[in-house]
Amino acid sequence: MDKQERKRKNTTVMQLREGVKADFEIVNRCLVVKLLEDLDHHNAVSIREQSDKLITGKNIKDIIFDFTGSEFMDSSGIGVIMGRYKKVIFTGGKVAVTGVNHSVDRIFRLSGLYKIIHKFETIDDAVKKFNNN
Amino acid sequence: MDYTNEMLLEIDSQSRNESFARMVVAGFVAQLDPTIEEIADIKTAVSEAVTNAIIHGYNNGPGKVKLSCRICNHEVFIEVTDTGKGIEDIEKAMEPLYTSRPELERSGMGFSFMEAFMDDLKVESKLGEGTTVKMKKLIH
Repeated sequence: MDKQERKRKNTTVMQLREGVKADFEIVNRCLVVKLLEDLDHHNAVSIREQSDKLITGKNIKDIIFDFTGSEFMDSSGIGVIMGRYKKVIFTGGKVAVTGVNHSVDRIFRLSGLYKIIHKFETIDDAVKKFNNN
Repeated sequence: MDYTNEMLLEIDSQSRNESFARMVVAGFVAQLDPTIEEIADIKTAVSEAVTNAIIHGYNNGPGKVKLSCRICNHEVFIEVTDTGKGIEDIEKAMEPLYTSRPELERSGMGFSFMEAFMDDLKVESKLGEGTTVKMKKLIH
């Protein structure tokens, strides 16, 4: 998907700048963070800032991190997801990851993060599940 | 005859260089025909070590991170060195979930991932002088 197409598709909250790390979409009270680059320390900083602005500003309950466009994550990514989890858990929110490849999946398994977050194949699966609860 | 090949890289302590560092090592190791999983292991370990040097060694400030990568037959030896502040208590730093910088949302999993994904890990550090992380992995 090229940049123009992405721009058109995202009618909700979009922050398209040079070197964009993720697309953000809000479905009901669920924030969908579509990662477009590796979730490492370098990218973690801006993804964290942009997510938090939306979580507080848009009354977000649940969060979905979609890894379809991201092939790599290290312990910095664990920090980002844990941090957002702590923000929504007090209001009964949930966190899910979707579209994870094999190596990202191993990082989640090894870190034990699957004990507190959910994994789904697609964003739609996660949205459906969250909306039913 | 032993097959050896060596690579040295020196980069500025900037977070944007983290992905560059792990890509370079992955590219260099490619000559051993590793599996996708082995490449992912090495990329993660390098990413953790370089990130540690930048965040902890240099406290997100200026400095140089040295990366040496040596191939000897089917083994890869990787060393990541900084001349930053050094680690006070290496054993504590290596404990899973321990982080000296919780305010930066560090997960404390860096050394755990290096240990899990590589076959051998050694950390040498001296306060005020810097840290070297030595890792080894056999490519099957």
